[in-house]
Parts: sequence; C-alpha cells; structure tokens
Amino acid sequence: MSAGSDVAVSGAVPDVAPRRGGMLAGRGSALAAALIFSALAVLPPIALAIGDPFLVVMATRIVVFAIAALSLDLVLGYGAMVSFGHAAFVGLGAYAVAILASHGIDDVLVQALAAILLCSLFALVTGAISLRTKGVYFIMITLAFGQMAYFFMVSLSAYGGDDGLTLSARSTLFGLPVLAGDISLFYASLAVLVLAFLGLRALTLSRFGRVLRGTRENPIRMQAIGFQPFAFQLTAYVIAGALAGLAGVLLANQAEFVSPAYMSWQRSGELIVMVVLGGMGTLVGPIGGAIAFLLLEDWLAHFSEHWKLGLGVLLVLLVLFTRGGIAGGVERLFGRARP
Amino acid sequence: MFNLFLLQALNGVQFGILLFLVAAGLTLIFGIMDMINLAHGVLYMVGAYFAATFTALTGDFLFGLAIALPAALLFGLVLEFLIFRHLYERDHLDQVLATFGLILILNEGVKIVWGAAPMSVPIPEILSGAIPLIGPLQYPFYRIAIIAAGLLTAVGLWLLVNHTRIGMLLRAGAVNAPMVSALGVDIRRLFMLVFGFGAMLAGFAGAMVAPILSVEPGMGDGVLILTFVVIVIGGVGSVRGAFVAAILVGLVDTLGRTFGPIVLRAVMDPSAASQTGRTLAPMLIYILMAAVLFFRPSGLFPAKGAAA
Repeated sequence: MSAGSDVAVSGAVPDVAPRRGGMLAGRGSALAAALIFSALAVLPPIALAIGDPFLVVMATRIVVFAIAALSLDLVLGYGAMVSFGHAAFVGLGAYAVAILASHGIDDVLVQALAAILLCSLFALVTGAISLRTKGVYFIMITLAFGQMAYFFMVSLSAYGGDDGLTLSARSTLFGLPVLAGDISLFYASLAVLVLAFLGLRALTLSRFGRVLRGTRENPIRMQAIGFQPFAFQLTAYVIAGALAGLAGVLLANQAEFVSPAYMSWQRSGELIVMVVLGGMGTLVGPIGGAIAFLLLEDWLAHFSEHWKLGLGVLLVLLVLFTRGGIAGGVERLFGRARP
Repeated sequence: MFNLFLLQALNGVQFGILLFLVAAGLTLIFGIMDMINLAHGVLYMVGAYFAATFTALTGDFLFGLAIALPAALLFGLVLEFLIFRHLYERDHLDQVLATFGLILILNEGVKIVWGAAPMSVPIPEILSGAIPLIGPLQYPFYRIAIIAAGLLTAVGLWLLVNHTRIGMLLRAGAVNAPMVSALGVDIRRLFMLVFGFGAMLAGFAGAMVAPILSVEPGMGDGVLILTFVVIVIGGVGSVRGAFVAAILVGLVDTLGRTFGPIVLRAVMDPSAASQTGRTLAPMLIYILMAAVLFFRPSGLFPAKGAAA
C-alpha cells in the first residue's frame, strides 16, 4: 500500500505512513524554532521602523495559525490520525470569546478557560466515536463532525448565525485592556506559540509521546506489548483540540470578529496543508508550514482573485512530485541525516 | 399534517436518491481502491455545469443531458489518467492533499470558465407541471422524474454489481483487491472503469438537479460532506449500503428540518422550540451517523469481511 514510503515497517502497515524530517528533527529542530521565534520577536520594531504596521497584523495571523497547525501536528504527525475537522476547534475557541463577550464577560483568562473546556469536551466526545474507526472512515467522520459544529454555528441565530459576530472590543486581563494594541496582541500570541512549542516538545519526548509514536508506527505491536492505543490517541486528540481552541481565542481577538467560516472544512484542509507543507511529525515543521502557507496565500492573492487555483495546482504538483513537504525536500537535497 | 408529511417524505426520498447517485460511485472508489477522494463533489458540480451548457447550446434539456453524461465520463477518465492513477499507491494523506488541491482548482476553474454568478436551467417542457397525489395535494412532476431516474439507476447498478462478470470483479475487488489482481485481472483497468463510471454517476446527479437548484461554484462541497455521511453509515464499498443510507439521510434531514420544531413544541414553548429545532435539525444526520458508528463501526452493510 505505501509502496513509495521511505519507512519500511514489517507486519501491519499503519494507514498513514509516518514521515519525519530528518534534518529538522532533534537538536536541529530546536535551533530552527529558536531562529523563527527570535525573527518573529524582532519583527514589530522593524515594522515600526519601516512604517508598515500591517506587517504586525499579518504576523499575528501567522502566529495564530502556527499554533493551530502545531496542535494538528500532534494528531496528524505524531498520532497518524488524519483529522479533517480541526478548524472546528479553532472556531469553537473563537466563539467562546465572542459569546462570553456578548454577555459582558471579557476577561481573557475566563474566555481561554471556557474555550479549553469546550474544545476538550467536544474533542473527547467526537474523538471517542471517531477513534472507533480508522483509515478513510476516520477522515470522513472527523470531517463530518467538523461540519456538524459548522452548521450548528450557522443556525445559531442568537449569536449571529451565518453572518458571524463582531466583537465590541478585544479581551481584557483583570479589567485592563492589555490586548488592545496590535503589538501587545502579537507578543501575547507569540508567547502562547513558544509555550505551546515547549509544552508539545516535552510531551512528545516523554513516555506518552513515545507510546504515541509507537502506535503510529505499528498499533498492533503496541497492543501486543500491553498498551491501549485508544487511550493515548484520544488523549492526544483532546490536547490538540484544546490547544486549537486557544488559537481560536487569539484569532477572535486578532480579527475582532468571529464567523462560522472559521470552522469550514476548507479551513481544516488548509491546516493539514500547513502541517504537511512544513513536514509533519516535527514540531518546527507546522510553524514553518503556517508561515509559508499564509505568505504564499498573501502573495498569490496579489496576482489574481483566482489565487486558489494556483494554490490547488501547487498542492497537486507537490503531492505528485515530492513527498514529505518542505522538510522532506530538505532531506532529499542534503541526504539522510537521521537522529 | 399528514399532507405535509407526505410532501416532505417525497422531498426526502428525492434528496436521498440524489445523494445515492453521488455516493454509489464514491463508495466503490473508496472500497475497491482504498482511496479517499474529496474531489467527487466537484464532479457533481461539473456535471451540473455540463448540463447547463449543453442545454443552452441544444435548446433542450434531454439533449443536453445526453451530451453531459458522456462528457462527465470523459472528464472523469481524463482526471483519472492525469492525477488519480498516480495516487492509488499513496497513503491517505497524500490523497487528501491532492484531491483537496483538485477541489480548489475545479471550483476556481468553473468560476473562470462560466463566471461566479449562478446559472439556471429551465425545467424541460415534457417534465414540467405537477401530478395530483391525494385530494388537493400535488407534487412536481420533475421531482418524480428524478426519483424514477434514480431508482432505475439503482436497479441497473444492482444488476451490474450482482449479475455481471464486471460486477463480480467489483465485489471481489472491494473485499480484497490485491487478490483479484493476483488472479490475473487487470486491476488498473478495473479502477479506471470504476472511476470514470463513478464520475458519470456524480455528473448525472448534478445534471438532474440543475433545473431545480442554482448551478454555482462550490455547489458540490456540501453534497460531498453529506455523501461521506451516507458512505460511513452504509459501509464503505457497499452499493446496497449506500442506497439504504442515502434514503435514510435524505429522509432524516428533510423531515427533521420540518418536524423537529413541531415535535419540540410539545415539550417547550413555541419560540424556544422553533429556535432549538432550527439549530438541532442540521445536526440530526451527524447524530445519526455517530449512533450508527457507535453500534456498527464499519457501517450498516460493510463490504469487507471480518478481516478488514
């Protein structure tokens, strides 16, 4: 089945052959991430210096989607679960902000807590059902649950329905409008991204992460040595859902607007593209993928309103002629350097 | 109340029949090739556009349909040759990405060729009008024609799958494709056939709805998701399962939207009932799917045996 896969697994072949960016794994990964984070950190002063404040807005979007892509990578790259409904969590997180704000609760900590609880619960219920299946079933079911959340928000006319909901102001912290400025929101998002990266790094290097990767490589063998893959996969699914919800909290604040479009299945597809573009199963990959994707989107949109056509062509060519995204390309260019 | 029920039930069956036409090809592609194809919905859209264009060219819907079908078949075969045959051996994630890219290409491509504005197709003269049901109740003849055409296609498919040599190979392929290949069947040609045929069925569904829905870019996306629900409920690779599940989903969705608020009014006050009903109705089919999966993780009629 995975004839061209670069990973030879004897016995049962997992549904998604794992791919690892050899060059970007291990210490190289941490170094690359540190470089990206420092580059982002010095961006606002540079943007101010060259008089282009829009750069900060763009960079905030990039950071927010990097968090979402990072969370998806835990499921997709480390858990080998092709989840096609991940945007639903981002949208639920964003709606947690908007709905609470419309009732006068605008403290960001309360909103974030609500988003995390809501997304964890949604992930727990839908994950428990979806994980009873595998392969194409899993893809279709996560897609269907994502659409379910989407249609729920579309028909929830009390909170804007299809038109969405505009926030009157950004979230506050203990009553102080600390996120009101674009630059402070950017640094807050960046801080969440760095913390998420460090947290997931610790998680994937822990025993939990090793079991998860073992399940990715060969679930039957993991079962044979006494692990319950289901529990580990479900835990990863819930953690990823909660983190995506946190990205949604930031997204709602960045746009000061929420709408069901955040949870559409095209958004979920784009998140997958980010993860794969950057190289899945590496933590720095999705961050690079989110940067590359959003810059590409912005760049293509300059040329023509039909930029999605270009994106589609690029995707098809990427799949037909390369394997393993940017990280895979780097690996092929510079030869194998497995940790 | 009964009249409303009858009308909505007929609408539900008609919707289900359309879902079946799209799902029949897709379930075979999933089942036999173990391949996920997100681009099946855009084939439905392309079929609708073909029907609209050829109807405008020939001035007659039936002529237009007669040209749109082979055009959809050809379109499917070209896609198979250019893209899909290179994806059979890949893992699911590659297939998801490539077919997602194909959706973007075709949705934008349609906008470039035909424009973003919706197109409408007139209902053909001989199929217009309504037929009387009971008492003063009438039902559009064209929707009856859709149901009839869908049922005929279902019977044809049943004969093809259960009583021909090709059908035997299809069923064998859905259970164990490598074994069929090892027995000397050219599985690649079988795949190509299934794909082209599935594209034509989806195109047929799109062409049939062209007169009653507006033909617009992205019209296949919603149908694709519902088709997935149908396939998951029916069981991947099973045409019979797709039929049962499609009718079930069509009925539950249509009746739920109409009668959900009415039923809820019995337990809560009217305004809350209509609000809750409208919010919950679109979720019904997903709840149905979750329930089916909970009890039967591989759908109602799984094609593969216990081994898979």
